[in-house]
Amino acid sequence: MNPGASNLGEPNATAIAFFLAFIAVTLAITWWAARRTRTTEEFFAAGRSIGGRQNGFALAGDYMSAASFLGIAGLVSLSGFDGLIYSTGWLVGWPVVLFLIAEPLRNLGRYTFADVVSFRLRQVPVRVSAAIGTLAVVSLYLIAQMVGAGNLVKLMFGISYESAVVIVGGVMLAYVLFGGMIATTWVQIVKAVLLLGGAALLCFLTLSRFGFSPVQLFAAAAAEYGPEVLAPGKQVANPLDAVSLGLALMFGTAGLPHILMRFYTVPDARAARQSVFWATGLIGAFYLMTFVLGFGAMVLVGREAILLVDQGGNMAAPLLAEVLGGTGLLGFIAAVAFATILAVVAGLALSGAAALSHDLWVSVHRRGDAPRDEQILVARVATVVLGVVAILLGILFKGQNVAYMVGLAFAVAASGNFPALVLSIFWRRFTTAGAVTAIIVGTVSSLVLIALSPTIMVDLLGRPEALFPLKNPALLTIPLGFAAGILVSLLKPEPSALAAYDAKERRMIMGSA
Amino acid sequence: MNTGDDRIRALAAARWRIAIALSGAVFLLYFGFIFAVAFAQGLMAREVAPGLSVGILAGALVIVGAWLTTWVYVRWANLHFDRQRGAIDGDGQAG
Repeated sequence: MNPGASNLGEPNATAIAFFLAFIAVTLAITWWAARRTRTTEEFFAAGRSIGGRQNGFALAGDYMSAASFLGIAGLVSLSGFDGLIYSTGWLVGWPVVLFLIAEPLRNLGRYTFADVVSFRLRQVPVRVSAAIGTLAVVSLYLIAQMVGAGNLVKLMFGISYESAVVIVGGVMLAYVLFGGMIATTWVQIVKAVLLLGGAALLCFLTLSRFGFSPVQLFAAAAAEYGPEVLAPGKQVANPLDAVSLGLALMFGTAGLPHILMRFYTVPDARAARQSVFWATGLIGAFYLMTFVLGFGAMVLVGREAILLVDQGGNMAAPLLAEVLGGTGLLGFIAAVAFATILAVVAGLALSGAAALSHDLWVSVHRRGDAPRDEQILVARVATVVLGVVAILLGILFKGQNVAYMVGLAFAVAASGNFPALVLSIFWRRFTTAGAVTAIIVGTVSSLVLIALSPTIMVDLLGRPEALFPLKNPALLTIPLGFAAGILVSLLKPEPSALAAYDAKERRMIMGSA
Repeated sequence: MNTGDDRIRALAAARWRIAIALSGAVFLLYFGFIFAVAFAQGLMAREVAPGLSVGILAGALVIVGAWLTTWVYVRWANLHFDRQRGAIDGDGQAG
């Protein structure tokens, strides 16, 4: 493609039509869901009525953000093989969720992961610290999504950054406020089908030009840009950085509040197991397709043309769509990318609202005893608060390069939430003080080390050197979270928690029935 | 302690062993890949066929490996774990 020949960024009738159709369908779903959302259980857990396969699609929808669709395709198109490190890393967290977390979580909790951590411990301290861990992860993730949404919509539809952020925040609020988890789940399912379908279509059209052989495509990329594009390059200049990022990706998924919350929407542990199986299959297929999309954009669009539109390469996939199917396909893919962000933001807001209302208001402030109407009212107020915060964060962080923020959200989730969750499920001698320390030490240490990292100090603040050498702190902070939890628990045993372990183990295996 | 509790404890221990073994397998698979990318760049750059480097093949195999381990777990859980769990449940209600 000739550099500058793209229609990207001009108001595109197809894109607007597809996007309006998506909004119309999802708002109709919300209207339908609103009539089925009267109790807290329906608002936060879809009345536990979602099937295993449906929840698998919804998990995939919650997880496959625009960062993975646009970001990885862009990274592969610009740096070749190095981008694939992300494709694999973002999948390997899912087996961990399946083996260690999904079924115990479903059997032990109701709405949030704090339910599980606090199961046989003292409610107030554990809930407060788990809510802090949840809100830290949700805020970082929200910033990445909202700023991404603003930039993306500006690039693709030509409307202003601020209006894009307000549109995303407003539509998301409509889904969550009225339709709760039922609407959010179906929005995720629609989005997952659209995103997987769009990616598969792009793959098919790309491969049709290379005799339906990915290897021929890779060979064409190597012929044009040299064999380096098929080999590790400068992204892995520092091996410790690669390992640290890998740890964050592998164990962060199991600490993401909006992912964990999805396991409460299914009727039992068996359905929870089935849903991760489906999610792993769908997400793995998606990341395999990013191999083809990235190299396809490299060859068919060309690096020069991709860089001309966006220095980060984020427009590689939409540009590829334009080359393959003209303005019509560009419009479709642009609308899919926007829908993707909208759905992820809805899931995040709902999990943040659950931490505010179920953990902080009902369990801490009301000591677990609040009337039904009050619970649902507080849940809705918390949703509005989260929606406004999301819009404000989006506008506040305008112009910042936030591509790294999803990686950092994973680091905080892996260091703060994951150790406390695993220890509370599997370790008999875990205590209240241990849980609080694990969450606070893991969350605070990862946030502090991020602030002292080259990403913030050198890239953002322009200092010559950073106080902490790693871009991602997980290599240090995950062991720190575990060590803090274990050490404090061993120093000061909690007999009542120890005595309650057998009952917890029975419920973890047999379910609540 | 009655036998039901012993059987639940044994089943929890069996589930824990499987979970740790499979998590370890995924961990080795993925970090084997990461370490190869970081320290065996020559090997990863070698092309087994024109266009197909060892690195790209290994990356795809990590994804396939993740699929296989989840399949192994789900099969074990559906066949073995659920049956044992059902047996404990049935005996508990009968007695």
